[in-house]
Amino acid sequence: MRRAALGKRWADGEVIVRQGEVGNSMYVVQAGEVEVLRETEDGEVHLADLGAGDFFGEMSIFEHEVRSATVRARGEAHVLTVDKRTLLKRIKEDPFLAVSILQTMSNRIREINAELVRARAAAAASTATTKSPELETR
Amino acid sequence: MRIARRSTVEELLTALPEEGTTGLSLEDGARIAVVGGGPAGSFFSYFLLDIAEAVDLPVTVDIFEPRHFTHSGPAGCNHCGGIISESLVQVLAAEGIRLPRSVVQRGIESYVVHMDEGSVRIESPVHEQRIASVFRGNGPRGGGDMPWDSFDGYLLGMAADRGARLERRLVSGLDWVDGLPQLRHPGEEGSTYDLVALAVGVNSNLPHLVRGSEPESTTRTTRTYICEFQADQQTIRETLGSSMHVFLSDIPRLEFAALIPKGEYVTLVVLGDDIDQPLISAFLASPGVRRCMPEHAIPTVCNCAPLINIRGPRRPYADRLVLVGDCGVTRLYKDGIGAAYRTAKAAAETVVFHGVSAEAFEHNYWPACKAIERDNAIGKFMFGFTRTFKVLGFWRRGVLRMTIREQRKERSRRMSAVLWNLFTGSASYREILMNTLHPAFVAGMLWNLALGIRPGGNGRRKTGGMNAQGRAGQAVG
Repeated sequence: MRRAALGKRWADGEVIVRQGEVGNSMYVVQAGEVEVLRETEDGEVHLADLGAGDFFGEMSIFEHEVRSATVRARGEAHVLTVDKRTLLKRIKEDPFLAVSILQTMSNRIREINAELVRARAAAAASTATTKSPELETR
Repeated sequence: MRIARRSTVEELLTALPEEGTTGLSLEDGARIAVVGGGPAGSFFSYFLLDIAEAVDLPVTVDIFEPRHFTHSGPAGCNHCGGIISESLVQVLAAEGIRLPRSVVQRGIESYVVHMDEGSVRIESPVHEQRIASVFRGNGPRGGGDMPWDSFDGYLLGMAADRGARLERRLVSGLDWVDGLPQLRHPGEEGSTYDLVALAVGVNSNLPHLVRGSEPESTTRTTRTYICEFQADQQTIRETLGSSMHVFLSDIPRLEFAALIPKGEYVTLVVLGDDIDQPLISAFLASPGVRRCMPEHAIPTVCNCAPLINIRGPRRPYADRLVLVGDCGVTRLYKDGIGAAYRTAKAAAETVVFHGVSAEAFEHNYWPACKAIERDNAIGKFMFGFTRTFKVLGFWRRGVLRMTIREQRKERSRRMSAVLWNLFTGSASYREILMNTLHPAFVAGMLWNLALGIRPGGNGRRKTGGMNAQGRAGQAVG
């Protein structure tokens, strides 16, 4: 027997949030998987895959900026919407709730930093490879 | 991406502790006993361990719960309708607490309000399933081994995973030894703790067995009636759908009643004065219930008449003792689990950041309880108002007409929002009251009441029967 999952059901490939749109809520994956993509002039860049328990769109809770990435269902996914107003009202009553969200955001910054270090190291290695033939010719 | 200032968390963690201001603070290795492994006890244990770890305070937490929530029937049940409100589902998700499929019996996406004149479906404002129906235990008596998990069992497991130790011993009372609380166990030596949290609900006698330094436990209660019906899942989906059905019937002594779909069962919850068999029979025979109750639903042997808290104690704390959840302060008639979460977390934060003295609880825990009590006073007024007016046909027709018209269009859903929040527990009673005082609401209500004076003037559309798949605003005669 198939039991219920909370949230809204999204079919494979459906866009849950779109980069550039104004957001007013964050989302928590209840079941299934979603992928986070950054749309650039050269096409889509895959940023992350998120599964049950992961959340996204949390930046719109704390700032008035447009969505920084597109999130799309990967297979059938159930995603719960958390209203900005509900969450901020509860954070006002219980500021420690923000710590749970900050911990996840902090982990993401740590991962981004690690990614940045890897990207810079790769770029430096690539530069060194292209420069070495020149050195040999001198 | 904007990066949060590193100091934000540190400031929060270092600014809050006020060691020494109250005299009774938890020290490294402190021992805490939690009596009761329902939602309040589990939430308290979980958050206490979580926050204590955040501030590097090693503590041990023992949860005393003799029941096994894997048992079906009363042996593993905490006697409750089993609805997790929309706001609580969202806040728990933000806390990182996700209700898995094995716990959620059904996601609720709409409410159907039934009156004698007809019914109206009120859709969730975001059109998604954000309310969960759950079994507190492992389902009705006689159900055998069920392929799902109990909500209370899930929370208890979560607290255990966080580091709480589960004690299956029975607690029969509480004494004080050298200023420390000591739990009494039948036939065994007592165990002493630095703090005891009572999370035993209102159906336990334990708060009255506290000797000396006791909190003022003058909880006022009323009795409710809960019964389970069995039907096949397909029939329930076709008749009740993913909607909770609420009844505002003009039946003497009936406050309100609800039918909650859950997998292969339907839970009936009735609230009123002196609920007895004739009242239940009159309710089940009423047109609204006959319209939506699955035709071959069989009442199970599992029914109960538990007490619910309608006014908490004036002082749900003492030195080294705190009452959380239903035996302390809870919300009137709805969202009891939401109140358990709020009071349990407020108590856990108080214990870690401010200490375990009565003074610490008074300044830091009691305000959270008092806010709920104040809101309940408004709730009592609103339910009294509803009780008075629901016997008037023109009032019922006016409310129904206004809601039906609102559900047919996308904007200005003021009555729908009031009813949604009143029954789902998504908003405080104060917010609901403020919504009803808005000039647009008052004008709309007066207009629809005027039209409702004419019998049959509710603007409803006959559809030949309530169908769970029907659109919002659908009504039946």
